[in-house]
Amino acid sequence: MNQVPDILRILPEVILTLAGVAVMMIEAVLHQNTSRRPLGWLAVGSVAAAFWASMAQFQMAPGTGFHGVVQTDSFSAFFHVLICGIVLVCCLIALDCMPERGENMGEFFALVLFGAVGMVLMSSAVELLLVFIALEISSISTYILAGFRKHSVKGPESSLKYFLLGSFATAFFLYGVALVFGATGTTNIREIAATLATTPMPAFPVIALAMMLIGIGFKVSAAPFQVWTPDVYEGAPSPVVALMSTAPKAAAFAVLLRLTYAVFPLLHVQWSSLLWLMAALSMTVGNLAALRQQNVKRMLAYSSIAHAGYLLVAFSAPSSEGIAAASFYAVAYAAMNVGIFAVVSHVGGYDDHLNSISDYRGVAYRSPLMGAVLAFFLISLIGIPFTGGFFGKFYVFAAALHAGAIWLAIIGLLNSGIAAYYYLRLLTTVYTRHAEDSAEPNIAPLSIPIVLALLLTVGSTLVLGIMPGRVLYAARWAASSVVPPTAAPTEIVVAPLQPAR
Amino acid sequence: MQLVLFFIFGGLCAAAALNLLLTRHPINSALSLIVVMTSLAVLYLTLGAEFLAAAQVIVYSGAIMVLFTFVIMLLNAGEEVRTRGSRAAYLVGVPGVAALFSLLTFVFLSQGNHLGKSTLANPATLYDLSAVLFRDLLLPFEVTSVLILIAILGAVALARKEH
Amino acid sequence: MLTFLLLSLVKVIVVTVVLLLAVAYTVLLERKLVARIQNRWGPSRVGPFGLLQPLVDGAKSFLKEDIIPAGVYKPLYILSPIIALSCALLSIAVVPFGPERQFRGVDLFQITDLNVGLLVILGVTSVGIYGIALSGWSSNDKYSLLGSLRASAQIVSYELALGLSLVGVVLRAGSLSLRDIVNSQSAHGLFSWNVFGGFQFFAFFIYLMAAFAETNRSPFDLPEAESELVGGYHTEYSSMKFAMFFMSEYANMITVSCVATLLFLGGWTSPFGNLLPSLGGSILASFVPFCWFVLKVLFFLCLYVWVRGTLPRFRYDQLMAFGWKFLVPLAIANIIGTSLWLALRTS
Repeated sequence: MNQVPDILRILPEVILTLAGVAVMMIEAVLHQNTSRRPLGWLAVGSVAAAFWASMAQFQMAPGTGFHGVVQTDSFSAFFHVLICGIVLVCCLIALDCMPERGENMGEFFALVLFGAVGMVLMSSAVELLLVFIALEISSISTYILAGFRKHSVKGPESSLKYFLLGSFATAFFLYGVALVFGATGTTNIREIAATLATTPMPAFPVIALAMMLIGIGFKVSAAPFQVWTPDVYEGAPSPVVALMSTAPKAAAFAVLLRLTYAVFPLLHVQWSSLLWLMAALSMTVGNLAALRQQNVKRMLAYSSIAHAGYLLVAFSAPSSEGIAAASFYAVAYAAMNVGIFAVVSHVGGYDDHLNSISDYRGVAYRSPLMGAVLAFFLISLIGIPFTGGFFGKFYVFAAALHAGAIWLAIIGLLNSGIAAYYYLRLLTTVYTRHAEDSAEPNIAPLSIPIVLALLLTVGSTLVLGIMPGRVLYAARWAASSVVPPTAAPTEIVVAPLQPAR
Repeated sequence: MQLVLFFIFGGLCAAAALNLLLTRHPINSALSLIVVMTSLAVLYLTLGAEFLAAAQVIVYSGAIMVLFTFVIMLLNAGEEVRTRGSRAAYLVGVPGVAALFSLLTFVFLSQGNHLGKSTLANPATLYDLSAVLFRDLLLPFEVTSVLILIAILGAVALARKEH
Repeated sequence: MLTFLLLSLVKVIVVTVVLLLAVAYTVLLERKLVARIQNRWGPSRVGPFGLLQPLVDGAKSFLKEDIIPAGVYKPLYILSPIIALSCALLSIAVVPFGPERQFRGVDLFQITDLNVGLLVILGVTSVGIYGIALSGWSSNDKYSLLGSLRASAQIVSYELALGLSLVGVVLRAGSLSLRDIVNSQSAHGLFSWNVFGGFQFFAFFIYLMAAFAETNRSPFDLPEAESELVGGYHTEYSSMKFAMFFMSEYANMITVSCVATLLFLGGWTSPFGNLLPSLGGSILASFVPFCWFVLKVLFFLCLYVWVRGTLPRFRYDQLMAFGWKFLVPLAIANIIGTSLWLALRTS
């Protein structure tokens, strides 16, 4: 019945793990003064291989492996591709801005690769134990990466804050898992759903779900669990922020989508109202706080909180439309956010020597390309048409409106208006000519990795904005594998498919 | 018999956990934590999970907590200085914890009969245990090694002195 | 029910008393044997052949002044010898001394038969470390602290090798119950003992090494290396508290020897299998296996003394390197080898 060998179902994970081990081992035998750059390229190559393997999972017959512990379907493949894409670009960014020899470069790439294993596994795990372990892998690797600039003041602070609060949140998630186990006697997502569907609804699943929402809410930095975000993003190196503001969040959203739509569909009223609240709070808190920020990374941190809020808006839709919109938004957000952090890390450097908004004054004249790319991503973050951000917001709000969550959509639109202000403020600063007397901002020359990274992110943001069809199609297909569409089935065909990238 | 044991060791566990928080000397906190772990092991034992109980004692009380006490001993940590704590913690935290606790208590008391159940073979032999650990949950088991590897790697990366 | 409880209580008391006596006489055995190795006589004045020496020693410990130095952290200073001794005495509870023999529902040769008996012993041993670790710290003395750090680091490290060496045996028996493990070696006498027939020779070797280190015995007795550390973790202890540490060390030796007997030398089974004619009488039939068991344990105790009398002490870094770089990999290789052998044999 299950013709696909188990190993193929976790092929991307296997590739990433092997590459991580290889990077680690090579790092150990390399001479102290040798450049660690080849390790970075090895990481890039293996992530590309994992990306390809994830693509191949679209064609694979959907099913579970390893005694029902992982499930590969179009949903998991969608998030696998997304996360591998993010990690690929982040490795390129790191290759561009990290010092060639110093500060544990080899370990950096190994940690990124291992972390990616956890993140991709989160999207395919259908056993809560495995979800938890994968979540821990992705979290612990990001805790460590956040503190990688250990000689700066902010680095260890960032790492420690993230670690303490993150562990606390994970404990909530684990408690939720334990309560679900107590209520149903199993930790397998399918079996839980089956058990819950047949038993009368006691209070246990509601509390369990609430606990898990707290844990995941922290991981996606949704309000009111967002307080760590600005401090952590400010202290972490920019390539790491590019990674952790997108990939773990995408993975956590994948878990959240599976949990809410596949495990607790009967509790839709409860969780959608909770998520309604979280979405409204995140958008408002994120955007209002971002208005006051002087530090670019802090501003982007609050912006990422707000974007988590936009994504949560999609959960108000009860059907697979919500999943499709959320998945699409995750892609669009990832493309533009990784892109903007590529620019920030190239302009600001590994040591963040340019960090406040006023430092960005005249960047566009010093480096026209960087200015233009930054402007492009800011426009996309605002959500202006012909960028990925526009269609992302469009589908999310459309899903909310179809579900009748009109107020949420209105709050979201108002927030987009507020957000435009601070994005445009950065944009105008970038294009304001630099005062003659002060020193010019010092920007590193372009390198191959950063050009590749920018090409990939700009390209995907543009593609998402101009012809979102293929990705949307993939997102809908992914959604259909979580919740089979109830209404008349649309043109969902199991056919080889290559989402645009 | 089981109920008596439960009350003794459950009470011990809770008391030690409170002592862990209230005591001012780190070594006393660590020792309280050992008591917590060990009484948990006894509770597992009364529930028939003998392997889990033994593993709990070996891993937590025996290995992990030894490292805790080691660190405390090597740092020669003295008594903590009491701080006032943040006001937000008192204003939000205490009521929050109280609310959560009462909610959970209420739910456990009122819905206790709706719980699911899951049993290993009775009596559980080593074979049953291994079948779950190394067959049904093989992938989580193996993936845990990545988790541990990443923790080691991170510890090395963060703690290593620069040359 | 009442008789059951009473009998159980009597059994516990008997075992504890016998164990304590055994501890006392192991000390004498050691002094005598080491003396012979060094070409002396050893204790010979008190009683015939010095046989009453342990009793006199015990009385001396009781009567000595109990000094609690200034500056110690009192609660832990007092608690730690108690932890050490109670953990040492506790693990004997799951050791079976002979084949199962019920008398009014009470198993005569074992206090309690848990089906994770082996793990319980490991667990209790690992908790026993606290006695040593805390004694050193609470004494507030550098020699004690160094000794206790050495001891606990050594025990934690070697516990890994010890635990791994047991996996091969467990794989062969398919159970963690000590009784099942002995029964799995009872078929053909000597040839089905784990150390010979079970191809667990390496495991036996690792176990012995690790057990010597676990009990802080020579050649791994660095925690109390008198040339560098005065007396190690019990430098500041006197009178009965010192005696408690002393007793716990010897009780641990006995437990470890019992476990080695059970796991590798077939426990109470006779080395000749069924070649010896079984003697009539149910009392005798249960007594003979017990004698085999005691003989084997005595063998290990003598081995302890022999090693102490002949081998010099390790250096601390050698000890750690030996544990982590040699014993642990060897133990893992042994696990792999045993599993392969079992898998091939069954398929």
